Amino acid sequence: MNSLLNVILTTDFAFSVLRVTTPILFAALGALISNRAGIINIGMEGIMLVSALAGVIVSAYTQSAWVGLLGAVLSGTLIAGILAFFTLKFKTHIILGGVAINMFASGGTVFILYLLSGDKGSSTSLASKVLPSIDIPLLQDIPVLGPILSGHHILTYFSILSVLVVYYLLNRTPLGLRIRSVGENPHAAQSVGVSVVRIQYSALLLSGFFASLGGAYMSMGYLSLFTRDMIAGRGWIAIAAESMGRSTTVGTALTSLLFGAADALSNALQVLKIPAELIATLPYVATVIGLIIYAVSETRKKNKKLKATITK
Amino acid sequence: MANALLEMRGITKVYPNGVVANKDVEFSLREGEIHAIAGENGAGKSTLMKIMFGMESPSEGGLYIRGEQVKLQSPQDAIDRGIGMVHQHFMLVPSFTVAENMVLGMEPKKGVGFNYAEAVRLTEATARKYNLSVNAKAKVEDLSVGMKQKVEILKALVRGAKILILDEPTAVLTPQETEELFHELQQLKEQGHTIVFISHKLKEVKAICDRITIMRGGRSEGVFDTKEVTEQEISRLMVGRDVVLKYDKSDLPYGKPVLAVEGLSVSDGQGKALLSGISFSVREGQIVGIAGVEGNGQTQLIEALTGGLRGVGGSGSVQVKGKDIRELDILDIRNLGVSYIPEDRMRQGSAGEASIADNLISTRYRQKDMNKGPFLHGSRIAALASALVEEFKVRCSGPQQPIGMLSGGNMQKVVVARECSTNPQLLIAEQPTRGVDIGAAQFIHQKLLELRSANCATLLVSADLNEILELSDSLLVMYEGQIVAYFDNPSAVGEEELGLYMLGINRQDKEQTGRAAYHV
Amino acid sequence: MFKVKYFEAIRTAAVIVIALIIAFLIISLVSDHPVKTIGIFLWEPLSTKGHIGNVIEMAIPLMFTGLAVSLLFRANMFNLGAEGIFYFSGVVTTALAIHLSLNSWFHPVVAILAGSIVGALLSAIPGILKAKWNANELVTSLMFNNILFGVGLYLLNYYLRDAKAFANVSFKFEKTAQLSKLFAGTRIHTGLIIVLVLIVLAHLFLYRTKWGYELRMTGVNRDFARYSGMKTAKVIILVHLIAGFIAGMGGSVEVLGMYSRFQWTSLPGYGMDGALVAMLAKNNPFSVIVSALFLAYIRIGADMMSRLSDVPSEMISIIQAVIILLISAEQFLKFWKNRMLLKEAKEA
Repeated sequence: MNSLLNVILTTDFAFSVLRVTTPILFAALGALISNRAGIINIGMEGIMLVSALAGVIVSAYTQSAWVGLLGAVLSGTLIAGILAFFTLKFKTHIILGGVAINMFASGGTVFILYLLSGDKGSSTSLASKVLPSIDIPLLQDIPVLGPILSGHHILTYFSILSVLVVYYLLNRTPLGLRIRSVGENPHAAQSVGVSVVRIQYSALLLSGFFASLGGAYMSMGYLSLFTRDMIAGRGWIAIAAESMGRSTTVGTALTSLLFGAADALSNALQVLKIPAELIATLPYVATVIGLIIYAVSETRKKNKKLKATITK
Repeated sequence: MANALLEMRGITKVYPNGVVANKDVEFSLREGEIHAIAGENGAGKSTLMKIMFGMESPSEGGLYIRGEQVKLQSPQDAIDRGIGMVHQHFMLVPSFTVAENMVLGMEPKKGVGFNYAEAVRLTEATARKYNLSVNAKAKVEDLSVGMKQKVEILKALVRGAKILILDEPTAVLTPQETEELFHELQQLKEQGHTIVFISHKLKEVKAICDRITIMRGGRSEGVFDTKEVTEQEISRLMVGRDVVLKYDKSDLPYGKPVLAVEGLSVSDGQGKALLSGISFSVREGQIVGIAGVEGNGQTQLIEALTGGLRGVGGSGSVQVKGKDIRELDILDIRNLGVSYIPEDRMRQGSAGEASIADNLISTRYRQKDMNKGPFLHGSRIAALASALVEEFKVRCSGPQQPIGMLSGGNMQKVVVARECSTNPQLLIAEQPTRGVDIGAAQFIHQKLLELRSANCATLLVSADLNEILELSDSLLVMYEGQIVAYFDNPSAVGEEELGLYMLGINRQDKEQTGRAAYHV
Repeated sequence: MFKVKYFEAIRTAAVIVIALIIAFLIISLVSDHPVKTIGIFLWEPLSTKGHIGNVIEMAIPLMFTGLAVSLLFRANMFNLGAEGIFYFSGVVTTALAIHLSLNSWFHPVVAILAGSIVGALLSAIPGILKAKWNANELVTSLMFNNILFGVGLYLLNYYLRDAKAFANVSFKFEKTAQLSKLFAGTRIHTGLIIVLVLIVLAHLFLYRTKWGYELRMTGVNRDFARYSGMKTAKVIILVHLIAGFIAGMGGSVEVLGMYSRFQWTSLPGYGMDGALVAMLAKNNPFSVIVSALFLAYIRIGADMMSRLSDVPSEMISIIQAVIILLISAEQFLKFWKNRMLLKEAKEA
């Protein structure tokens, strides 16, 4: 046990929690926005994968990490746009649409990677760029906090900033108000002239935008190259985090952090001989349990209400 | 008609499924009046109002505002032209505050952000202006129904509505709230607003409306000054009989009571009684009709009889053949010999993508003669289906055709065939001929009478007075969850008289209605 | 003359044609010898007995999962859990294939049945949660996929792994456990017979038994089923049990039929493919055979193509995505259906 505490109670561990939380947090925020507009985007994994690859390719060809980031974000948002087009225009089932996006991404990225680099496993032959890490002056000199909070990848900081942005967007802007109204009562939104379809388009594009930041982080920060299936379930964890966080910005951010910690812990726990494979299932187990608790309490509430309403 | 603010001329609306909801309707609205549109359910009021608010476009005819023809493509178009609507089912976002609901779609801004303070200010200013007090910062889900309605009215007003359409606004209100609403509407009228008031409650119409347009069967029956017509006249125009049906009914004595309802009371969450003290019986070989304007407890009564209110308590008993069924599940109730023709053939009565044959056996596939070991007895099912299709004259390409492809009348015949062919001892028929052509309706009526001759007890709930007066051996009228009248020779009852009970103008005393329960 | 009742068939055909056209376009863009490459893609799977065998081998797991998902979709249950169950049942079967010693008749039977039963029980969990508390079966089943994968991988790495092998693979199965081959020169195994029997049984179940009838009616209109007196919660749990059993059997059969060790270190994807097969088959058991063969065919075609030309086989996932997007698109070609309806209405 001591050895575990020795691992966890270090600034390195806290630092790594933020590091692994970043992609989950981005995608969870994306999932949050589309869910609030009433559409479940399960294509997160696929969008992240595509943008991770796009970031590598564009940065390799332009030799600019920033243009690479732009490429990643544009391509991820484009994928979300395709999903939106099919589901909102052609009425493709949103879940099957998400399945299609994931299928497309897992093979399509390898396909493109192979065409460009002749390698199906990773992008080692592409001289891609990474985005910088940043030391924050003053903060970095504070003991304990400094080593935990300073020196992170720029997108890690951006992900924290994004929590505030998404919170502001959803709760303090006209668009946010409309997104929430469309998710909660589309008829009400429609009746005052809010175009439900247009709002859902925006929400899906935004979810693609945030997911692709997570994807870009994976290949231009977390690692410095693209490898096949490198998202490795982070998109699903993000969906789980959003669900556990009960579709609130704060809840989603905290659950993402929790799941990030579980991820970081899985390395630490190996010291205790607790297998990483099982630790990796924790977010999903937690989500199922959370879902059950929620569903049971909802059913109880409904029954009680019905009883109260009818017997009284 | 020069001073008409809004006019609808020759409006005809045919829905894609062939239902004619409006036929050559004329409607004219004067500036500054409160104008009622009255009519029974299914008279075409809702469709007319949807056309007025841009939610539906008419198949024929036009809409004129101050003499100028306009085409409303969407509710937004209507809003832009100063038309506002308060829907019966509120169009509010429950988790939002009143102010947020007020400004949705026209949010005040501060930079890129939403200016909530301004939304609150606007809400409060509007509320003050029209003297409708609301708490701008309260969450809508915490408000009472009357408050929610106020928010809806304010929503329309803040969008510049000069014409306000209210769809059955009092249906969900308590008497006190209704009074308050009327007071508010009067004030709005004094401030120059024009109000369209949709209702079938005559007292209310008389109380606040200047003029009334009466609709029946999709047509307008005329426009009147409310001062100049009596409730009786309105009632006659609303619930008149169009075609007189005549059936020969055999005169057999009734048998034992099959259904006996005793003192059944059920209420909703707000303490509003949905059913109170309902007692009646239906005997073998007897058709008991229930008349009443929809929403007066018939739905809840049927639910209580068909397993829909299981586990929700209430008081009183419902017995079928001496057995209390309130806590039985649907299968057990059906096994007692109860058949049920539901009101909504699409939602409950049929499985659209499944074949006619599949739809015909859903209540009897468990019976021994339909099975062969673990398998369904295919040839018997096929024979049964063909026989029923033939007997009930279902127009289709064969029993394997999906039921969803049939016309409404033929679909209903399948439902009736299923429910009537299992030798029921109690048949509950809810609007058995709604939206069905006259031929199919008469056919269905014949089938109900055949069952009656076979000693089946039938409870018939219908908004169609022809049907109910002609078929029933005795008749109950429901109003606000109570039985307000009982007749034991319905064919002698005039529709005018019936209308007075249905609309709550008259009611019999307890002794008279108590005769419905003479099983005790 | 085109009729409305053929509309779904026409639409499916149109989707397949569009998907193939996109495949050709991609090949033309990427390949130096497009015509030759397209030829390989289209005809190579039929060129030799071995290749035809490959198509059928590939179709077997697709039929299993396609059948399982079809039944769930039939009951209007949106459950994508076949993926995790396929994997996990494979692990369970692996354990028994390694550690049991039985004769070559009983060994596979026991191992496969164990995998199937575990699959059925696991699948019932989202079913019960749905039926009792209306917990979204989609989310629970997706979460279960990841949980089952994690646990399965753990079992593989900690209990079944052959340390002497170079990769992350299990010990070798006992020879007695492996399924025998049906045709010399191919790897087509007895799993084909099993799945075909299952498909026939599923057909009989669905269209000839009262339970199948209840399932279909619940799927088409749950309110109608309830109104008719059916216990729809039981129906929902039952269909989850059956689908889990079939998906689990698929994983078990695949492991014993195609491999001598367990070697999946990521989810093999057959569960999600099953959703595609089910959609193409319109949830019809017999059509599952055709759509699984079709999917297997274009996959083997792509495989051959990547070996014999310069286009990588991963192209196929792009094609699959296009098929899913279009086949589940309600509005796709709808205008045409409406036109046909109008015309028929006028003629009538």
